[in-house]
Amino acid sequence: MALWITLGVIAVVLILLVFTVIGMYNGLVRARLRVKEAWSGIDVQLKRRTDLIPNLVETVKGYASHEKDTLENVTRARAMLQQAGTPAQAAEANNMLTQTLRSLFAVAEAYPDLKANQNFLDLQNELSDIEEKIAYARQFYNTNVLSYNEKTATFPTVMFANMFNFEPAEFFEAEEAEREAPRVSFASPPATPSAGPSAGPPAAPPAPGT
Amino acid sequence: MTTAGSLPGTPDEPVLIYDRIGKNKRQTWLMMAVFVVLVGALVTALSYLLGGSWPVLPFVYAGLLAWVLFSYYMSSSIALGVSGARQVTREDEPELCRIVENLSIGSGLPMPKVYVIEDSAPNAFATGRDPKHASVAATRGLLDKLDKAELEGVMAHEMSHVGNYDIRVMTITVVLVGIIALLADFAMRWAWFGAGSRGSNKNKGGAAAIIVIVAIVLAILAPIAAQLIHLAISRQREYLADASGALLCRNPDALARALEKISADREPLEVANKATAHLYIENPLKEHTSFLNNMFSTHPPVQERIRLLRAM
Repeated sequence: MALWITLGVIAVVLILLVFTVIGMYNGLVRARLRVKEAWSGIDVQLKRRTDLIPNLVETVKGYASHEKDTLENVTRARAMLQQAGTPAQAAEANNMLTQTLRSLFAVAEAYPDLKANQNFLDLQNELSDIEEKIAYARQFYNTNVLSYNEKTATFPTVMFANMFNFEPAEFFEAEEAEREAPRVSFASPPATPSAGPSAGPPAAPPAPGT
Repeated sequence: MTTAGSLPGTPDEPVLIYDRIGKNKRQTWLMMAVFVVLVGALVTALSYLLGGSWPVLPFVYAGLLAWVLFSYYMSSSIALGVSGARQVTREDEPELCRIVENLSIGSGLPMPKVYVIEDSAPNAFATGRDPKHASVAATRGLLDKLDKAELEGVMAHEMSHVGNYDIRVMTITVVLVGIIALLADFAMRWAWFGAGSRGSNKNKGGAAAIIVIVAIVLAILAPIAAQLIHLAISRQREYLADASGALLCRNPDALARALEKISADREPLEVANKATAHLYIENPLKEHTSFLNNMFSTHPPVQERIRLLRAM
């Protein structure tokens, strides 16, 4: 009799344990999925941004063709963004693109005809809109990364995170304000800190779980 | 992460939104159940008091259930309709739409429908039964009188209501119990002014008696309705929307300034009424004189809200 009670208790405990484990595992999966979804929010805006750059470069070329360095920097930053394989790389390339665009728009100040060009103005507006949207999408993404990473690093979920390879996700870091002043001409090609690695897809899927 | 339910002003404590959502969904059910049971019981009791059970009682119950369903699905359209809100597109209101779009990206919610109310009193509300069927409305006065950051703060407050299902509870109240509030208000006024002076024309006694009974029923229902509306609003709801809105737009000061401007504006919002007042970010009725108005007074003191935002 006592044996049966003991066995019954053990069985109940085991079943409860199994359910808890399943619940925690699912929680991790759900959190990782949320990170992935939030990343696509950033990705959409990054794509919009890279799609606009060629048009912008062409427009500026028409008025300020000898600002070659500035234009090249923009194009290079765009290429870097397209090749970025991880959120961190994308963030870095995106921050670089932001800086080069800033210097491009600063240069444009010297060309009244360009500044009056409707196409240029539209592009400028749209790019600043995208920049705002990236900031908001980043906020949402980083919140999700934070809650996922917390799960992968704290007890008890950390056990399953290790067991099933739930790696912490990368944050999408904002550019630190004025980390480096926008240099109008930096003509050294190898200055790109981390050129795109293997030919990843143009848009970076989140690193974790892939 | 634990919820700080009693401390609405702590911005760094992420209030567990899933808790809020669950609570709001439960509250919606509770409100519908209380409504059906209370009104059903009242009608039943009346029917026995007035001699025997009425054969129409089953129909009354069916009507009550239909009314609950109707208010679940139609409340937001009605709230927008009676407020004279007009849906706008990106072309009509680029700035407002852009702000709402940015905030929906920032909160991970689907883009709600955007409405504008042509009224110069600054105010705003959100409505809908869930984030997929949500709408936000801003008055013309709000768009004119606030700068971009302030408008962003107000809309962030509204998006927080959308995200945590506040809108479901608040909106269902409009039709479910708001009508009673309006009718009760009307009946009280009629009893006060109309009954005495105009009672001398050739009304038949029976009709007058029925009207008196209806007035009494409404007078009983009014406090119940008021209580339900209170349930739907609760000060905490506004404080929490302020806090998470500030978190969303990253600018508590702008929201505080917006609240200051909205509350300093003495112009009442003409399209608001007792059934919809609790939806707005700040009380649109602007007058607190009569007993009924006090009973329905719904919004937490704006000075306190501003103080909490400033302390973030």
